[in-house]
Amino acid sequence: MKNIPIELSINGQKVSATVEARTSLVDFIRDTLRLTGTHVGCEHGICGACTILLNGDPVRSCCMFAVQANACEITTVEGLAPERGQLSKIQDAFCEKHGLQCGFCTPGMLITCQALINKNPHPSESEIREAISGNLCRCTGYQQIVDAVVYATKEA
Amino acid sequence: MKAAPFNYHLAQDLAHAKELLHEFGDDVKIIAGGQSLVPMMAMRLAKPANLIDIARLPELQNIQITEDKVTIGAGVKQSALEKHLASQKAPLLQAVIPWIGHQQTRNRGTVGGSLAHADPSAELPLIALILKASIHCESKQDGSRKISAEDFFQGPMWTSLQANECLTQIDWPLWSGAFIGYDFEETAIRQGDFAMASAASQIQVDHDGKVLKWNCGVGGMGGTPYQFDQLTNQFLGQKLSKEKINEFSSQAIALTDPTSDLHASSSYRKHLAKALLSRTIEKSLLMAQSNTQPNR
Amino acid sequence: MDKKNPYQQFNFIGKHRRAVEHRRFVVGKGNYAGDVLLPGTLHIAIVASPYASAKILKIDASEAMSLPGVQAVITGEELNSAVLPVLPGVDAPAVKRFPLADKITRYSGEWVCVVVATSRAIAEDAAELVQIDYEEMPCVLDPEIAIKNDSHQVHSDAGTNLIFNRQFVWGPVDEDFSKCDHQLSYRVKWARSSTVPIETFALTCNWSDATGILDIWASVQMPKYPEQIANALQLPSNAVRVHYDIDVGGSYGVKRGLKHAILLGYIAKKLGKPVRFIEDRLENMRGGDMQGPDRLFEVTLGFMKDGEITCMKMRALEDIGAYAGRSPLQLGKPVGAICGPYRIKSVAYLAQAVLTNKTPQEAVRGFGQSPTNYALETGVDKVARFLKIDPIQLRKRNLIKHDEFPYLIPSGTRYDSGDYEVVLDKALKEANLEKLILERDKLRAKGLLAGIGVSTCLEPSGGNSSFEPLFNPKNETTTWMESCVVKIDLGGQVTALMATSTSGQAHETLVSTVIGEVLLQEPDTIRVLHADSLNALPSNSPVGSRMAIMLGGAAAGAAKKLKNKLLIIAASQLNVDPANLVFSGRDVHVAQSPDLKISWAELVAIAHRKFHLLPKEMEPGLQEKFVWEVPTGGDLPDEHGRVQMYPCHSFESHVVLVSIDPDTCKAKINRYVCGHDCGVMISPDVVHGMTYGGIAHGIGAALMEKFAYSEEGQFLSGTFMDYLLPSSSEVPAISIVDHCTPSPLTEFGQKGSGEAGYLGSPAAIANAINDALATINTSIDYLPMTPNAIWNAIQKANSLTEQS
Repeated sequence: MKNIPIELSINGQKVSATVEARTSLVDFIRDTLRLTGTHVGCEHGICGACTILLNGDPVRSCCMFAVQANACEITTVEGLAPERGQLSKIQDAFCEKHGLQCGFCTPGMLITCQALINKNPHPSESEIREAISGNLCRCTGYQQIVDAVVYATKEA
Repeated sequence: MKAAPFNYHLAQDLAHAKELLHEFGDDVKIIAGGQSLVPMMAMRLAKPANLIDIARLPELQNIQITEDKVTIGAGVKQSALEKHLASQKAPLLQAVIPWIGHQQTRNRGTVGGSLAHADPSAELPLIALILKASIHCESKQDGSRKISAEDFFQGPMWTSLQANECLTQIDWPLWSGAFIGYDFEETAIRQGDFAMASAASQIQVDHDGKVLKWNCGVGGMGGTPYQFDQLTNQFLGQKLSKEKINEFSSQAIALTDPTSDLHASSSYRKHLAKALLSRTIEKSLLMAQSNTQPNR
Repeated sequence: MDKKNPYQQFNFIGKHRRAVEHRRFVVGKGNYAGDVLLPGTLHIAIVASPYASAKILKIDASEAMSLPGVQAVITGEELNSAVLPVLPGVDAPAVKRFPLADKITRYSGEWVCVVVATSRAIAEDAAELVQIDYEEMPCVLDPEIAIKNDSHQVHSDAGTNLIFNRQFVWGPVDEDFSKCDHQLSYRVKWARSSTVPIETFALTCNWSDATGILDIWASVQMPKYPEQIANALQLPSNAVRVHYDIDVGGSYGVKRGLKHAILLGYIAKKLGKPVRFIEDRLENMRGGDMQGPDRLFEVTLGFMKDGEITCMKMRALEDIGAYAGRSPLQLGKPVGAICGPYRIKSVAYLAQAVLTNKTPQEAVRGFGQSPTNYALETGVDKVARFLKIDPIQLRKRNLIKHDEFPYLIPSGTRYDSGDYEVVLDKALKEANLEKLILERDKLRAKGLLAGIGVSTCLEPSGGNSSFEPLFNPKNETTTWMESCVVKIDLGGQVTALMATSTSGQAHETLVSTVIGEVLLQEPDTIRVLHADSLNALPSNSPVGSRMAIMLGGAAAGAAKKLKNKLLIIAASQLNVDPANLVFSGRDVHVAQSPDLKISWAELVAIAHRKFHLLPKEMEPGLQEKFVWEVPTGGDLPDEHGRVQMYPCHSFESHVVLVSIDPDTCKAKINRYVCGHDCGVMISPDVVHGMTYGGIAHGIGAALMEKFAYSEEGQFLSGTFMDYLLPSSSEVPAISIVDHCTPSPLTEFGQKGSGEAGYLGSPAAIANAINDALATINTSIDYLPMTPNAIWNAIQKANSLTEQS
């Protein structure tokens, strides 16, 4: 089984690596690139903790091999903040509205919420619940997450 | 849950894909979106020695809408289809897409992948059967062929695709004229899960409300989805009453053979499918009766 | 304290405040156990038994060992002779528990052997190559069969599967029953479910020959964790260092990880390399031993015709699985609230823990209180239906009244304070009961089944260990302390050290808020660190809803000592009596003459640098510890099993409107309101978060979660397609209404709330569904109330109507 060279962009940085074909994208991100913000919860495509943006769309990085992401642009939670020491609107809103507790589902949740806001700048509560229905959380009961997205998208 | 080792081959174009399928025919799987395959490989339920990646094949990405059909490339992502289809063109197909998994899975999963995977509860196979889609595939050895949806789905996770064949495009017939209605429903314990049972109906009536054209079916009720054209044909030229619909649904469900699993017993499934089928028929009929304008 | 507004007096307590921890979580800089990757780390994969009950005849690992990258294959035969077993919390020394099975396996999913390799993927490849010969044996899965002497014995040396069996009688139960107008008996079944955190159990163990220390970074929530590991590995108790600064990705009780750490500690020591194990989801669900209560209740309530419930008999039969840790004690904690919020005068409680060939149980949020509340609340509604009294009115007739506190319940616990009827009324008002009833009737008119369910439940808090000696008289543990160290450094900044782990409860935020309140310093300037187990003071971990009380109390205690020291220094400098001084946080000044003051910086300088100005005999520097026993703790149970269980008693009242589509039989929650009283909330955002999350857990337990087994004992719920966790589509919008009845036992009047929402939610949802089903003369008396379960109940009703 030969290793495969790949090149992709992650949080704006170009990355070249050689990977075993069977290495999942989330394992590549976490173990090779040491970007441990993206988490592994189930490895079978249900919990959403591994959600990243692939060419701008939220996908489950446990359901992809790293080789499939060749020539793609990836955004992880580490790439959401506009600058060092700052927070994006949605990250700030999660802090303000207590939209997290243990933080394990949070990176995937933030990515999904950011993708939602990119497409739909003023989502209704039911649109928010629909959008995050593929991200499971065991701490929050989702209420404060919904509140956070509402807060992040309210008119200034 | 790490996949067993395999050799990865990126197909450059369809000819290359067919060549690779031919070369590794003994132990090969195609990967497009991977939303079903990758979890299976992670659980080591599937251990192909060779994986052929067709996700970026240019030949499989097109969507073409003509007078009487929608032709969709097998590699078209479900989310791309959702964006592309205008609701008047292929309404039943459009209606089921939001029910397929979650947006994250639809951003990777393909139309062809869902059909080739052939889960008996999946939405697209059910619609393919009801609308009588044609499924095109090609191989190096045997050229191209067209398979009717009826002949395509053989059993659970089992189609008539050969190991060396690649699904290329699917034709979904379009109905034209006025008084067309449709409905789809599924019930799962949790939003986005595979349905315990699902039902769909598409119907066209005349200005008197008599059935001109009609098909319907259920999913999750056996090894493959079911469509009931042999039964619906018996109602051409008739008006459908609530009693007739109820009787129809009983007859239809009697043809199915659902299993029991963790979430639903076979008898509960039968109850559920019958209720959903009746509801979708009623709703499609109501919509048809009010759609006085032709859809073209 | 102002009774009308208990928060009036506080500067920081009770205020909205962004949690400290969130700063790192939202940018992906949490430090979870799976993020730790030391150079040279080896990885393991588990080979698990596929059988419910089998003999292990032979293990052939030769092919596995020949795979490049494989370092070792460890079997039970090797491991179990090198480590000591973990024993149950009850007196059953024959029920020994080792990390690996040896000669016999007792549940489908039990760890049989372990492959150690240079990567997890290779370890899994090798695990597939290990050849094991099993001889299948009979198994027992039904607890009502397992309890019999002629059933298959899960541990042949134990002589019985019934490893705990005690009849408690508190008060003149038989006499009270004879005086009742009516009695009513019923059975309910709480399904085996659990809190299933999104992060599985993960840990790295690293042994150093040079220092003789075993370092452990683990996603853990477990009292006395390092000690038990040291004991099993036969190491001195100060040879194990557990790093509590690991962020735990949710636990809600279950992350106990003893077998994980003993196994990996052994391997790390044997191979001299760091070893990491991150449970994959399959390993976690079947063999992580984190499944929760699996309990059958048989209850008889005795009541008068006016609705007064005077006495109760309850049998709780718990199916604990194939091994036992703390799990049987989950029958014991509910003793401390056995009669709920009601004035039930006498109680007989039969607590039985029985072994079966299933995955072992572990402590789950509430430690058995939620199942008990479900059982009791179901009965209250049945009494209401029987007497044709409104279930809300019936509760009001029986609720302990505001002026009856502290209230002593028959089993020996005194409820510290409460205002139950007010909380219930607040919830009803928020739910707008009249409108809710109209809404229910509208849904019914549309052809749906619809019902309103109410629950009024206790949430005992403060995590005392009284169930340990209660359930095992050989265990005389009555200390359940918590500690905190607070220091003010040379620069005048405050730092605190807490002694245990955190899994989403925002302890850093809690501690800095409390210390800020006492020292009148801005909480965001106060840094809170997690110690490791070698430099930590004693702790009993965040269990039993105890940290607001215990850690809050310890932090306040240490901060108060520091404040006092500063006052004494100031008094000595200003030459006044400390009683005349005001501590403002910026300075200390004379009450009547604020210009006579000494600044914070100057006080710090005197303490740290100016020994010549320090009061005689005073220790230099500014650092204080506080180690605190649970208030009301310290006593052993009496001969009837009466004991003060937990100190503080929070309370919740849920009001739920549910509708059921008779076609799909799927229940939908139309409205959810929770009235909640946990005394003074130190961090309201945190408390609300816990409550929402607890309700979501409750929705899962009530409607969709169950660990299922086939008739042959095969485990069926291994993935998230089988075991269903509620998403944002299944959890509705929830309204919380707060009330505050402070506890007289704590520094700020706070009570615990880590189990909020979960303890009353399944009861209320079940009551709502049964209110809906009562309209067609049927009911469900087991969880989860899935669409299929509801359909079965409707079928039952239909067949009865057909017969009649």
